[in-house]
Amino acid sequence: MKVKVLCRNPDDYVRETTRDIQRVPRNYDPTLHPFEVPREYTRALNATKLERVFAKPFVASLDGHRDGISCIVKHSKSLSTVLSGACDGEVKVWNLPKRECMRTVQAHEGFVRGMCSRFCGTSFFTVGDDKTIKQWNMEAPGYGVREEPINTILGKAVFTGIDHHHREGTFATCGQTVDIWDEQRSSPIRSFSWGVDSFSCVRYNPVETELLASCASDRSVVLYDTRESAPLRKVIMQLRSNTLCWNPMEAYYFTCANEDYNLYTYDIRHLDVPVTVHMDHVSAVLDVDYSPTGREFVSASFDKTVRIFQKDKGHSREVYHTKRMQHVISVRWSADNKYIMSGSDEMNIRLWKANASEKLGLLSTREKAAANYNKKLMEKFQHHPQVRRIARHRHLPRDVLKQKREQREMKEARRRKEQNVRKHSKPGSVPLVTEKEKHVVAVVE
Amino acid sequence: MAKSSSLQKTTLSKGVKVTFTVAADEEELPSDDDDEEAISASEDEEGSDDERKHNKLLEAISSLGGRKRKKQSERSEASVQVSEFAVNAEGTGEKVNLSDLLGTVEKTSGTSNKTKKQLRNLQNSKETLELPLNKQQTEKIQRGIAYEKTAQEVSCWNPIIVQNRKAEQVVFPLKQEPLGPRRVEQVVAGWKVQTPLEQEIFRLLHNNSQPVVDPVLTPVEEASLKAMSLEEAKIRRAELQKARALQSYYEAKAKREKKIKSKKYHRVQKKARRKEFLKQFEDMCKTNPEVALEELKKMEMSRMTERMSLKHQNKGKWAKSKAIMAKYDESARKAMQEQLQMNKDLTQKMVVLSDDEHESKDEESETVPDFVNDPEPIIDSVNPWMKGRLTREQPEVRCVTPEEAEAAVEDNTEEELLGEFERKRRLRQADEEGSTPAEEKAEHASEVVVEENEDVVEISDNEENDDKEEEEEEEVDVSEFNSLFKLMRSEKTQEGQEDGEGLLDEGPIRVQNMEDLEVLGEVFEPQPTVAPSRPQTTVAEAASAPTNKKNMEIDLREVLTKEAKVINVPFFPTVVEDEHDEQISIIKEAFAGDDVISDFMKDKRKQEAAARPKVVDLTLPGWGEWGGVGLKPSRWKRRRFRVKMAPPPPRQDQKLPDVIISEKRNASLAPHQVSHLPFPFENPAQFESCIRTPIGPTWNTQNVVKKMTKPKVVTTMGAIIEPMVKEDFIKSRTTTPAAKGPAIMFSGDKGARRGAKRPSERNQRRSQKRRK
Repeated sequence: MKVKVLCRNPDDYVRETTRDIQRVPRNYDPTLHPFEVPREYTRALNATKLERVFAKPFVASLDGHRDGISCIVKHSKSLSTVLSGACDGEVKVWNLPKRECMRTVQAHEGFVRGMCSRFCGTSFFTVGDDKTIKQWNMEAPGYGVREEPINTILGKAVFTGIDHHHREGTFATCGQTVDIWDEQRSSPIRSFSWGVDSFSCVRYNPVETELLASCASDRSVVLYDTRESAPLRKVIMQLRSNTLCWNPMEAYYFTCANEDYNLYTYDIRHLDVPVTVHMDHVSAVLDVDYSPTGREFVSASFDKTVRIFQKDKGHSREVYHTKRMQHVISVRWSADNKYIMSGSDEMNIRLWKANASEKLGLLSTREKAAANYNKKLMEKFQHHPQVRRIARHRHLPRDVLKQKREQREMKEARRRKEQNVRKHSKPGSVPLVTEKEKHVVAVVE
Repeated sequence: MAKSSSLQKTTLSKGVKVTFTVAADEEELPSDDDDEEAISASEDEEGSDDERKHNKLLEAISSLGGRKRKKQSERSEASVQVSEFAVNAEGTGEKVNLSDLLGTVEKTSGTSNKTKKQLRNLQNSKETLELPLNKQQTEKIQRGIAYEKTAQEVSCWNPIIVQNRKAEQVVFPLKQEPLGPRRVEQVVAGWKVQTPLEQEIFRLLHNNSQPVVDPVLTPVEEASLKAMSLEEAKIRRAELQKARALQSYYEAKAKREKKIKSKKYHRVQKKARRKEFLKQFEDMCKTNPEVALEELKKMEMSRMTERMSLKHQNKGKWAKSKAIMAKYDESARKAMQEQLQMNKDLTQKMVVLSDDEHESKDEESETVPDFVNDPEPIIDSVNPWMKGRLTREQPEVRCVTPEEAEAAVEDNTEEELLGEFERKRRLRQADEEGSTPAEEKAEHASEVVVEENEDVVEISDNEENDDKEEEEEEEVDVSEFNSLFKLMRSEKTQEGQEDGEGLLDEGPIRVQNMEDLEVLGEVFEPQPTVAPSRPQTTVAEAASAPTNKKNMEIDLREVLTKEAKVINVPFFPTVVEDEHDEQISIIKEAFAGDDVISDFMKDKRKQEAAARPKVVDLTLPGWGEWGGVGLKPSRWKRRRFRVKMAPPPPRQDQKLPDVIISEKRNASLAPHQVSHLPFPFENPAQFESCIRTPIGPTWNTQNVVKKMTKPKVVTTMGAIIEPMVKEDFIKSRTTTPAAKGPAIMFSGDKGARRGAKRPSERNQRRSQKRRK
């Protein structure tokens, strides 16, 4: 006789360990779970509110410098090491997890104008107002040994910036000309000049490693290729660019920080119009750095704020400021995409979270899943007015706010005037110029 | 440059002869010197005398010493000995002409005629060379070329960048070291050969081009790996699988057919086959005579055997027994006749095969496709069914590995489930919406209303129907009108809101807890960022838009062609414009023959009717009395179970005859609703469907939730994200630095060379991995 028995597989309902959560069989029939949109909407709203409540981006402040911080450099191989140069010629090496200074070097007399780390992370270069380029060992000298640079090159003019090649032993400096140096030689192997005699910044392209870009004092951004004999092209804008940064994931894009409160992202193949104009700062933008993922960048401004922009959005997604932070001179995004370092006039380096409400440290799987779900919900309901209102709200210091309003008014007035002029002149005589086109004066071949 | 310029300067004239060849130059030099000396001697004799005396003295002194001094060879330079002021060449001040130089060439016998001709041509040509470009221009050109080159080079990143942007998820750092255990060869890569025995072994291995350390495969193996890419291999495998499956099907079929005992079946089959064969044979005669000839030969053979064997001539045991039976049995007679017929057929010149074995073979060859029996390059001795091939028939077979198939099945089931959920959800929502009045439902509802209020309104059904048709037409018009309206409206609102897009609401208020966030709404309800930045023109347009609309709607007297009932409509003062008359005429033209007012009234009436609460009928037929087809519940019951709803508050447009104000908008819900279509969506339906699909674990299975909430960017904690490396992504570069040279090196230079070689190898391996 055949006996039929009802049987269940214990794997379906018994948890493996006591640490597991109990397995709950679930019926996903939608009739049993009504009101999905309202429920999700509520969840999204709550998630947005919590995100704002937990948005505490400030992590730490590193103090110890005795003058304003002029430049910050990331160690190319270690996440925990950061170098900073000050306006009194002092260079400090910081340990981020310990939040302490590991080493102090009096590198130059006068400003430390620029710094860069060698791609292998064994040494770093500094340039200063004393017309020298110095190469320093990353390792601190032994006890009782004097701090001595490995190499010192005395130049003819003041160097204002330096950047190292990402693969080879060459570096580029700028000052009166843009010079390419070999590490082994004391004179530049190549120097580019093109009608300008002062440059403020030079940067190597991290992807197309032979490409260079520099900001010049004649309001231009000049492109170079080290394999070519002449510079490639320059674009002249309405005001001077202070610094620029290449996108590390998209070889032909760079963003420059301009004096006219905006940042401009350019495609080097089409220099006549910037791809995006990033506005929001209310004062000159002094520094810019891309996130290593190439999706966002951070900018430092004279208006005492740090802003984070998405690479293709015209307005910032985040603004960081504190009461005590003065003009922010330099800013860097850490190589693990988690932190932002800002160095400001009042001698402090501040460490910020790149994602203000992110929880630091290890997350359990369920925490991670919940965070992902919340993020997705916020993205899904981002167009709903309540969600948008909360997600966008930021606190700003009063003077910045005031300035912002003022500028908005000015802009509106300008726009109105232009419109009136157009209205009262022959049709077609006053052309419509888009915001992007406005800021480029010329592209020089 | 200099040469060309000098050439250019030379004008053509014959005259003074100048020696041209090098030898002549050399000869001339001393003569020049002589001249010099002569001149110098005439000018200052004493100086040269002194010198000579001095030299003599020196010689004398040197001769005094016993040993003979080695005479130093001194090089004399013309510039030292010859005074620069005294140079006096023949024909000073004259230009050197080309003809001067060419004169000697003409005379020398060594030069070929060709060069002479060329030179003569050059002499005759009057053209001068163009001036070289100035420095600025040359530099500009150089820059232009360099820029073009660089731009083109950089463009190779385009596909990668686009791909990265579109990717649903990007994991940083981009090149991840593979997890899990590594191969021993990789682990011991740094190991060095030390003992002589080891060296010997490695030398042997190396000489036979066997893998030693890093490239684990021999060159041959590598080549074979490269020969077939993953896709190709998959396609091939799928082909084989299909062939195998087909073969097994045919096998099974053949077996089954063979087992069938019914003679009739076989007879029919045979007949059919024969027919088929004949047909084929005829074709074959035309197309492929050789094969046809072979077939003919085969037939001939079978004919011969038939004639020899006498198999079908009713001589066998069975035939004899049948012959006895034939007198009485019809079927036996038939069988015998068949036999004889067979014999006749076979012994004819055109014979059809009769042998059983032949038949079975033919059967196979007919049923099984040819490719199954094709020669097989991959010989699998274990599996005889691996001999099939499908290459020519199906070159593009989609390959599905079992795992993929499983995954696909899983996906499908999940998707089906999702689809099912979605459908149900929509159904239910439709049910819910049933209570709210939709446009289509209004008509049905009106029917109900009419039916119910029999006593109040008496309209015959026919009339109703006629009206309905009319109404439908009108409805179309009105709805067009309305849509136009809405369009204008939406444009207006969008213009207002575009400015606020993407901006942060920055203000002096600091939010620290949930209460603050709640309060935020009240404070910031009138968004300060939007209001002032709204452009003036849009306001003007917004102001003018309604007036235009008014023109279209209200200026009915101009529009009307039919006489309609006069309704007192409060007019708004309309702005008189230049194009006013023109517009009126256009509108007249457009709405000729339309009765806009009555349309509008009807529309309004309809909307009012739709908004009126319905009487809910709760009568249950057959409950407490008889029920069935043709039986209606009693009047009492209908009256008893009809629930009347409370009348709604009076409509806002009750006293405005020319306005329809929609009352669908709920003021308490409005702040939670999206006012305009957000950017990436193209129509409201898309957006609504996006919002309607839940992503939470309450409604979806775990895997689906995981898939739907996948973050776009994933970073690893504590990992440095390096910028892209060109060699990793652009393939053309990776092929050039292939692993060259021996796999292992001995002696001291090994370390250095390995260090140099390593990156390229790694790149290569990486590229290989990617190809897989």
